[in-house]
Amino acid sequence: MRIMVNGTAREIAADTLAEALVALGQGEETVATALNEEFVPATARARTPIAPGDRIEIVAPRQGG
Amino acid sequence: MVRFYGTELPSRLMLGTAQYPSPSVLAEAFRRSGAGIATVSVRREAAGGEGGAFWALVRELGVRLLPNTAGCHSAREAVTTARMARELFGTDWIKLEVIGHADTLQPDPWGLVEAARELCDDGFKVFPYTTEDLVLADRLLGAGCEVLMPWGAPIGTGLGLANRYGLRSLRAQFPGVPMVVDAGLGRPSQAAEAMEMGYDAVLLNTAVARADDPAAMAEGFARAVEAGRLGFEAGAMEPRDMAAPSTPLIGKAFLA
Repeated sequence: MRIMVNGTAREIAADTLAEALVALGQGEETVATALNEEFVPATARARTPIAPGDRIEIVAPRQGG
Repeated sequence: MVRFYGTELPSRLMLGTAQYPSPSVLAEAFRRSGAGIATVSVRREAAGGEGGAFWALVRELGVRLLPNTAGCHSAREAVTTARMARELFGTDWIKLEVIGHADTLQPDPWGLVEAARELCDDGFKVFPYTTEDLVLADRLLGAGCEVLMPWGAPIGTGLGLANRYGLRSLRAQFPGVPMVVDAGLGRPSQAAEAMEMGYDAVLLNTAVARADDPAAMAEGFARAVEAGRLGFEAGAMEPRDMAAPSTPLIGKAFLA
């Protein structure tokens, strides 16, 4: 299925947001997620289905002012 | 001691974590600054990205973290970013930025109030990056903010206190509200001036990170903040136009 990950089109096999993170190699990393511009808590990823065309944002801690 | 949302902090200097030449310089700058709060952000991450290393570094600083919503241009974007930051950093403190103007990075007053209200209702402790506008300040307090962070000058300019009248006026209008001058400071003397006005703290990043010697500049700012605060607490004399001799005239020898 084709989805957008951080603004880039990706082809992945996953039914949930949690599976998508594993497929992207980020299942174990310290990241936060949003699906179609809505925040999805880490505890809700396994029960959050994804569909073709969905937009996923994956973010991590970074320097800031 | 300064208090934000009931939390006492050891220093009135708050420091950003961006733009340092290296992680070790960042750590040394924090050590010499004595800052009790570090601002951080969230950014897109690919597999094996640098987020993990940075996260380890900031935890070692031993300071309280204040995540920001830098770069957000709408209330909705800022709210989603704040929620991601809350989970990542494990804090309900958020430096709320909703930018309305590309060249000056001036806050969007309407978007700022909208996002502040939603985040305060959601349990966040909001530190809004705002202007010196009195009406906007009043609206932000009404939305649930208990701290205000007016700009000194546009972010990254180093211009200092661009609107002294506005900042004095804001300080005078809301004497009981903890306020931080955030952004635009370039030199320690400018931080001292903000503190002499009665501001509770200052927040800066570029002035330290882009100095030739960031750690020395961090200490310079720390001393300036302490000096300015002492000057405020001590109660400064009123300026006058005409000279007034400080040495007594009485008893002066009469020499023709």
